[in-house]
Amino acid sequence: MRRFISVLFCCLVSWYAIADDDVNTKDSTAASSSIDSELIELVNQLPNTKLNKMQPLVENIAAIKSHKTREVLQILLAGDLYYLKSDKTLVNAQKQNDGNYQLTNILTDEALAPVKKRAIRKIRSNNRLRSAIRSFIAKIDLTDDDKSTRYGAVEQLLEKPSQETLDTMRSLLPLEKDADVANLMQTVLLIEQLKHGKIDEQLSAVAGLKSSLEPVVLNTLSALSEELSASEKTQEQEQLLTAMSKAIATIESKRSNYKFIENVFFGLSLGSVLLLAAIGLAITFGVMGVINMAHGEMIMLGAYTTYVVQLVFPNLIEYSLLIAVPAAFVVTGLVGILIERGVIRFLKGRPLETLLATFGISLILQQLVRTVFSPLNRQVQSPEWMTGSWQINPVFSLTFNRLYIILFAIMVFFTLLMILKKSSLGLHVRAVSQNREMAKALSIKSDWVDAITFGLGSGIAGIAGVVLSQLTNVGPNLGQAYIIDSFLVVVFGGVGNLWGTLVAAMSLGSINKFLEPITGSVLANIIVLVGLVLFIQKRPKGLFPQKGRAVD
Amino acid sequence: MKLKKLIAASSIIASSLMAQVAVAADTIKVGVLHSLSGTMAISETTLKDTVLMMIEEQNKAGGLLGKKLEAVVVDPASNWPLFAEKTRELLAKEKVDVIFGCWTSVSRKSVLPVIEELNGLLFYPVQYEGEESSKNVFYTGAAPNQQAIPAVDYLMNDIGATRWVLAGTDYVYPRTTNKILEAYLKAKGVKDEDIMINYTPFGHSDWQGIVSDIKKFGSAGKKTAVVSTINGDANIPFYKELGNQGISAEDIPVVAFSVGEEELSGFDTKPLVGHLAAWNYFQSVESEENDEFIAAWKTFIGDEKRVTNDPMEATYIGFKMWAKAVEKVGTTDVDAVEQAMIGVAVPNLTGGVAVMNPNHHLSKPVLIGEIQEDGQFEVVWETPDTVIGDAWSDYLPSSMNLVSDWTAPIKCGNYDVKTAKCSGQNF
Repeated sequence: MRRFISVLFCCLVSWYAIADDDVNTKDSTAASSSIDSELIELVNQLPNTKLNKMQPLVENIAAIKSHKTREVLQILLAGDLYYLKSDKTLVNAQKQNDGNYQLTNILTDEALAPVKKRAIRKIRSNNRLRSAIRSFIAKIDLTDDDKSTRYGAVEQLLEKPSQETLDTMRSLLPLEKDADVANLMQTVLLIEQLKHGKIDEQLSAVAGLKSSLEPVVLNTLSALSEELSASEKTQEQEQLLTAMSKAIATIESKRSNYKFIENVFFGLSLGSVLLLAAIGLAITFGVMGVINMAHGEMIMLGAYTTYVVQLVFPNLIEYSLLIAVPAAFVVTGLVGILIERGVIRFLKGRPLETLLATFGISLILQQLVRTVFSPLNRQVQSPEWMTGSWQINPVFSLTFNRLYIILFAIMVFFTLLMILKKSSLGLHVRAVSQNREMAKALSIKSDWVDAITFGLGSGIAGIAGVVLSQLTNVGPNLGQAYIIDSFLVVVFGGVGNLWGTLVAAMSLGSINKFLEPITGSVLANIIVLVGLVLFIQKRPKGLFPQKGRAVD
Repeated sequence: MKLKKLIAASSIIASSLMAQVAVAADTIKVGVLHSLSGTMAISETTLKDTVLMMIEEQNKAGGLLGKKLEAVVVDPASNWPLFAEKTRELLAKEKVDVIFGCWTSVSRKSVLPVIEELNGLLFYPVQYEGEESSKNVFYTGAAPNQQAIPAVDYLMNDIGATRWVLAGTDYVYPRTTNKILEAYLKAKGVKDEDIMINYTPFGHSDWQGIVSDIKKFGSAGKKTAVVSTINGDANIPFYKELGNQGISAEDIPVVAFSVGEEELSGFDTKPLVGHLAAWNYFQSVESEENDEFIAAWKTFIGDEKRVTNDPMEATYIGFKMWAKAVEKVGTTDVDAVEQAMIGVAVPNLTGGVAVMNPNHHLSKPVLIGEIQEDGQFEVVWETPDTVIGDAWSDYLPSSMNLVSDWTAPIKCGNYDVKTAKCSGQNF
């Protein structure tokens, strides 16, 4: 109770201080090298303030116009604001690689000696406080030099601008040089005009807003038109209502177009994951005819290779994927060759035994990984460039990781196609798969070709594992989730046909993603599976069956 | 000569047999029925270790009724019918006095007929969907009114959410919980168009379409919150996709009922920071009992990095209560212990007291925590008092009038207060 009163008192004191502050704001910015004493006082209250009393305190801090204000808020927002347990000095703490924390005094910018975690305590925040801080920072950022910071600030304030913010924007708009920022500010002001303006102002606001895709525009328009259509209308209001309905229709048709494009993108991205998972199998199963149940475990090994790469090079997370791709290819490729030489070559022409043997291998590999790495999922970090999204407009964005994966899958596909079509290895592989005896007679070392082909297929599965480590959990069961999908894609596309695999993966992905919003993902999976079974009944050889005498 | 040998041999056998009987009489057998292999092993192995730790501690303190406790550990291997077989083995062959076990609801449902037939005693330590009360089972995890309903209240009153996404994995717990929540929200005046329900298969990893739908659903100008009953592995890709599509916990908070310290350990928690979870215990809660428990656990398991979680606390409370009840009646007889259990109070790990109620459910505090970068939770809200677990939800028409009360004179798991009848079937 005593603490509560003291906090309340402090808040009151600082409130008066701020009221004073407005008068001499200019002085304090002029003397920017020395830090505002009010700020110091308020900031030093942070360690003693309970979470539910933080909001008024932070509000007071934000109201002080000092160059330090934004910095302090930003550190608090990022969760880096700590205080020393010994003397309650506020510090910006950054974790170092050795586990200790690097400290900087937030008020004096003076570096302090690194300490252990136990010596400092975090200033707590929660969602509500963080969103408040975000809008405080946005208000400060409205006058920032960087145009993308300004854009972000306006975006943050878009939803519920206060009267003060609106006034600031009104005065800033004529000075704004960047077109995007100016447009967004205009939108904010037009919404305000639409809500509270006179009828002719409202009409012109509707005209100005009908090309905007910001969700808040559509929400305001539909709320207003609903309100208006429920009550008695004058002629002018009738006119406004028609204008608004037209604007809503325009915006909604645009939105549904983008929704369609987005679905295509989702479909392609799921398709490219399927393609990556299946394309290795298209070689081992499709070209060589080996039913390889351990294919999923090759994917898993590739994912674990990524984990190991990140473990060995903890400072190179940004480049870890670039290292992991060749590493995974080599590791799983070698494992593949080992399996082929050790087991599969003795089972040539006995598909059932091959199936059982490779299934056994898959269990052995899973258990091996469980023993070596633990049965728990392992943490694979995403590099910075794989996170976030490319915001094309307010309703349409593409996530970077999916975008890169689509490009990567297509790249892998065409590289593989080139290898099979243009290289001498590819020639030998095709020769052996079409007619082993004849190829042997032409002095092709069919055993060697088998081993290399199996290694190639497994290596590509390993690459798929690197990609999947970015999308899903890396654990011993990772492979099992993809083995069935992989077989489906290869069989659907037509065994032995790489183009078939591409088309099959992309179409399965797209069908799935277009069904999902309508039926839900559980039913979508079932429908795709049933459809596939019916299709295989009708055309047992898949979409693009191999033709000619080689087929028997 | 031969005869002598025979006599000698038989006397040795007889004496050793007698010794065994004597030893058997000197121990109290505790069955541990948790999967140690298969998909549930990740979660359940921890609970097996917790029971073993509790037994070790109890033995160090002199055992129970002057006897040592002896653990009988079996492995039902995440295989639901095997749970029933192993229960039969524990009760009929090993003659255990009590069983601690099960995680998934389907495994508990498979154990129920056996444990009722052989009159055993099961302590079930995981949050579940309710709609059940058996004479032979004590539910030390949360019922929906001790986790889901308070979480929704928090989102409604403190966050101001008016639009709801109920997302879950497609099986019995999320389906029942969401049914209860939907009825609850509608009773609170939430309209149909403000509720979106979505189910996904186990281990779902391609969340882009669903997250995009949630984003669109949440952009209608009303504060939107997601209530997630998504299970296990599927959570990480879900949160990752939320992060990638630019949805932060401040825009659309997700409150999860299946994400705890154990699930978060070893994950890249960056995309999860700020999202919420509702439990009855967090490792970060500061209390003397909790500090002791965490220290004991780390020593027992021999790993400084291991975390504690809610089902472990439920196991802890269940074990302490059982020990107290046995001491009270001076026997391990199931019927006597079952009656003695009701009303038993032991300290929980969050600084309060857990009481066993006549419906075989606990009184528990409900905590809402925000996920921190180190995989721990920061408590942002808690119920002022403990909440009594409700076996039969008041928000489902089928169970509205049902109560469970195992004390005389009702002695019934599903007593209809309107018709004053007991259907006799408890699940």
